[in-house]
Amino acid sequence: MVEITNLYFTYSKRNKLFENLNLTLSEGHIYGLLGKNGTGKTTLLSLVSGLLFPAQGKIDVSGKNPEKRQVDFLQELFLVSEEFYVPNVSPKKYAALYSFFYPRFDEEQYHFYLKEFDVDPDHPMHKMSMGQRKKAYISFALACNTRLLLMDEPTNGMDIPSKSQFRKLIASLATENRCIVISTHQVRDLENLIDTIVVLENHQIIFNQSVDAISEKLSFVSYNGTNATEQFLYEEIGALGGKGIAANQSNNPSRVDMELLFNGIISKKDKISGLFTTNI
Amino acid sequence: MQFTESQAIYLQIVKIIEEKILRKEWTEEERIPSVRDLAVAMEVNPNTVVRTYEILQQKEVIYNKRGIGYFVSEKAYSIVKDEWKKNFKEQNLPEFFKNISLLDFSMDEISLLYKQYNKQ
Repeated sequence: MVEITNLYFTYSKRNKLFENLNLTLSEGHIYGLLGKNGTGKTTLLSLVSGLLFPAQGKIDVSGKNPEKRQVDFLQELFLVSEEFYVPNVSPKKYAALYSFFYPRFDEEQYHFYLKEFDVDPDHPMHKMSMGQRKKAYISFALACNTRLLLMDEPTNGMDIPSKSQFRKLIASLATENRCIVISTHQVRDLENLIDTIVVLENHQIIFNQSVDAISEKLSFVSYNGTNATEQFLYEEIGALGGKGIAANQSNNPSRVDMELLFNGIISKKDKISGLFTTNI
Repeated sequence: MQFTESQAIYLQIVKIIEEKILRKEWTEEERIPSVRDLAVAMEVNPNTVVRTYEILQQKEVIYNKRGIGYFVSEKAYSIVKDEWKKNFKEQNLPEFFKNISLLDFSMDEISLLYKQYNKQ
């Protein structure tokens, strides 16, 4: 669905952001786009959406070039930005104004989502708290039923019950012909939803693997006291014990600890990537 | 849903379902939730539940009626019980016996405690 080849992008001449970046995203998946601050997660989503243009290289979204911002491209894409503007109208009025751009928008679904998120459809959005406004905006985004859904830190500002509600909605939306990309620092919030982990670091995609592959190749171990037996590829030692990533020698697929994995990839990239022969 | 064990999540869901069958919460020939409904309830990726159902189908614990959904098989209870018994014998009992002998429990004491447990 999304094909990025040899992408170069820079905001200033001295600081290149992307250098020969390649990435393929397919339908039927929920991607977790992970990276430290300033590695370009938001920029990458903006490039895919046609809000920014590559310096060099190609971005293809279902056969279309985002730069051209064609109608049939835009109506199948929704980018949920971390910071967003909404006019001072009620969620109901908002949909009346903007749903026109999205042929697959479903009004009934929209009101169902608002209800699930406990958002009043008739309350002016500027009078809502940040969290409520975000939930109204996300309800709209999800009800647009676009084939490509990009979300930048969607759970930021959400309270605990809303996060759980959000996960339920995403689980209900993930279908075989839809591609969902979620950029996040709150991996724990979305750990069980993400099926492919994409890590952005050092101007490139340094890791792109399915959770299934990861759980077969790696195991995530936590221990009390000191570790004497395990040979860890990456280890974090705490006051009373620690945890680490080891090669999975057994036939039992492990549960993936995404936070630990992320830290491991950032600091021991070669050791961990080395176990995966087909890093895309 | 909080997944705590070190096993992959789709395997943890297999266990959750098998336990429901052992407790007879889900009985033979009963229709079970669709992939999507279970994914929503557990807040997991639908692909995870697809894998769970594949494994349960391989074990013949559930089966798929095309176009209708997934059902608990006729033999589900005995299949699950046999497997869990085998695992219990191989994995849990040795640990249990080790502790009994380490702590000098007599079989009479254990038997009394087990009776008390069953009364609760």
